[in-house]
Order: sequence, then structure tokens, then C-alpha cells
Amino acid sequence: MSTPEELHDVRLHVNGSVHEVQVPARRLLSDALRHDCGLTGTHVGCEHGVCGACTVLVDGQPVRSCLMFAVSAVDAEITTVEGLTEPDGSLSPVQQGFSDCHGLQCGFCTPGFLTTITAGLRDNPDPTEDEAREMIAGNLCRCTGYQNIVRSVLRAAEIGFEARSAHTSTSDGGQQ
Amino acid sequence: MKPAPFAFRRPATLDEALAALAGEPGAKVLAGGQSLVPLLSMRLAAPSMLVDINALPDLDHVTASSEGDEAGVRIGALARHAHVLASAEAAQVQPLLALALSHVAHPTIRNRGTTVGSIVHADAAAEMPMVLRLLEGSVDVASVRGRRTVPAAELFAGPLESTLAHDEIALEAFFPSLPDGGGVAFQEIARRHGDYALVGVAAVVQTEGGEVTGARLGYVSVSDVPVVVDVTDALDDPAAAALAELEPTDDIHATAAYRAHLVKVLTPRVLADAIHHARERSAQRKKQ
Repeated sequence: MSTPEELHDVRLHVNGSVHEVQVPARRLLSDALRHDCGLTGTHVGCEHGVCGACTVLVDGQPVRSCLMFAVSAVDAEITTVEGLTEPDGSLSPVQQGFSDCHGLQCGFCTPGFLTTITAGLRDNPDPTEDEAREMIAGNLCRCTGYQNIVRSVLRAAEIGFEARSAHTSTSDGGQQ
Repeated sequence: MKPAPFAFRRPATLDEALAALAGEPGAKVLAGGQSLVPLLSMRLAAPSMLVDINALPDLDHVTASSEGDEAGVRIGALARHAHVLASAEAAQVQPLLALALSHVAHPTIRNRGTTVGSIVHADAAAEMPMVLRLLEGSVDVASVRGRRTVPAAELFAGPLESTLAHDEIALEAFFPSLPDGGGVAFQEIARRHGDYALVGVAAVVQTEGGEVTGARLGYVSVSDVPVVVDVTDALDDPAAAALAELEPTDDIHATAAYRAHLVKVLTPRVLADAIHHARERSAQRKKQ
């Protein structure tokens, strides 16, 4: 009998909550999120960084969770697809954009697109169609042919813009 | 598809990291992990220990200096590709960095992958090892035995093989600045943008009064190690001069003949771009 594999106590900060998990060092962050934290919204496709389905936000930046170990994520604030919804539970602009434009069919790749685009629109809130394509170039989708995903990015930008102007006019009204 | 078991250390100081590496001959350094983790998951590598350097202090810098002998860009071991690419100072001092980095994988990979890690991973299909070699940069490395600076010409031993010893950590890469009268260019052909290049070519030229006085080309994905060819005396047919020193090989992505064809097409194109860049830069300097 070989000696049992060493386990590490890891404290993960995911979507504003703390998850204390015990994992071997080789536990991929994607597996830790799904199996140890129970957050199965993050999907695992290729498991070598090509498909983008497992993309999560690490300190706000899109990162492949299959290319990180859970033990390396201790100092990071992680956002998964479950953390994208608004505080009241309604869909975020990116999620709403996908719903409006039929940006998904089977939905397997969608969590990776949603996290990637959320960060992409934060950095570039008003992308051109070319920039929208570039934003999603690192994610694979086998259903949609990407056309509706590009439309979803542009629609999400619109929704974000509308939400911001509504917010601005409300706060302006409050000041007057 | 999961990695084989390994011991794990995440030291808070460089001394601890170096001691951990020295004490475990089968250990590997984990920085961004964007090349290493797939190798582990596919079980192409099975180190006995990973030493995660992401908690070490003072290694995430990108500093650029345009003055003196030290003119160039210094990149710490924990600076992500995205950080280097976003540095306007780095792009100003050595424009080839940003030109090449925009071809490194996809933005999501660049958010985690490190430039220094990519260099010492020594993949001849990767852009940054070739750029360091072409610019005649260097890498500072440390071990329990001390520190040393390895010139790029002595860094690449073979496919995925650097000349670093198993107990050494690459701390910083140095890319010399582009001098006055210099110009650079980079182009690559990949099946999809973000994929590894079938062939990539970078050029560095030096001009005086608009005339080319030096021209060197670097090649990605053509040989086992990053290759640099001096074409200063072959400006009329640089592709022939390059192919005389390159040995394109077949693999599942492309035949040797196709790679040779891409070298013929890209070489004059990239060289012309770099000469154009040098002349434009000189013209802008004069205006200022």
C-alpha cells in the first residue's frame, strides 16, 4: 500500500463566500469549484486550456480554472457564473443579452462565455463588432456558430449602457 | 485527465523556495502554469513536487528604462503577459515586446501566464523565447548556490529544454531597448489567431540615414530551438539566406515544405515592415 495522498486545507473565496475545503495539491481549481464547493455552473470541457468552458474570474480577470490548482487560489477572489447575477437575483446584462439574442443552445460553453464577456465589457463597455469577436476568440462553442454570441455581447453592452444612464438620471433627479 | 500526485510548497520567501527546489531533485517551479498544468494533466510530466512561486514578493514588476547601458525592459518572474502587454513604457522602450505578446495565446491565457515562465519553458513554438534570443536579452536566475545572468544565446538547449539547472529559479528577464535608427516587426501564420504559430518571424533592423546597416531575423516553430539569422549581407534575398540556416521539420500541424514556403513568404514581408518602422521612427525623432 502506498501512503495516502497528502491533503491541504484550502480557504477559497468564491462569489463573496468562504469555502473551507480539504484537497490534494493536484486538485484543479475547476474540480474544486464543482466537487468541493458544489458550484457546478463552471463547466469542464477540454481540461487543457483550449475550450474556455471553465473560465472564471480570478481577482476580476478571466482565467482558465482547469489551468490552476485550488491550492494556488488561496489569495484570490474568485467569481464563477453563479456570482454574475445581480444582488436581487435578476440576470446580469451579459446573461440578459444571451437570453435576448439566443446566445446559447446546449449551454455547455455558456458559463465560460459569460465570465469572459463580463470582464470584457467592464474593460470595454462599448465594443465594436470586431472587438466583440476578439473578446470571445478564446472560447469555443460548437452549437451557435458564434453569430448570436457576438450579438449577445453587443446587446449586453446596450443593456449595460441603458442601466447606467437610468442610474445616472435617477441620481441626478435625487440631487435636484 | 488529472495530474499525477505531487508534493506542494507555496513559500513566502525566495530563500525558502530555493531551499525547497534544492532539496527535491524532481521538483518543478510553478508560476503561471499555463504550459505546465496541461503537461501535468496529460501526464507528459510528473514532477515529484511543485514549488509555487506566486506568493513570493517583488517579482511582478515591469520596468522600462531608456537611458544608459541598462536601457531596456526588465520583467519579473510573476509579471503576467497581460501586464507586460499593457505597459506603455515597455512598448515605448522595446516595441517588439507588445508586437509579439499580442500573438501569445488568448487574453485569458495571458492573464495568468508569465513572460519569464514562457521563456524558460523554452518552447520553440512560443514567441517570447525567440524575442529574447533575437534581442540578445538575458535571464537572471537564482539558486542556493548563488545568482547568475544567462545570456539568451546560452539559454535554449533543445525542445522544451533550457540550460537552467533543476534547482534554479528564473527571477527576471531583460530585453534591451531599441536604439535610435532601429526598427522591429513581427508576423506569424497560425491556423486560428491565438494558436501556436505554424511559422512566426520577427525582425530587428538598424538604419543610418535611411540605409540598412544591420538586419536580423528570428523564427518561431521552424526548428527545435529559437533560431536567429543575420541577413545584413543578404538584403536582396533574405529568405534564401534564412532557409540556408533553418531546418524546417514535419509535424502534425504542417509539412516541412509548407513551413519553408511560409518562411519564404513571411521573411521579406517582415523585413520590409521593420525597415519601414525604422524610417518612420527616425522621421518622428527629427520632427520632435
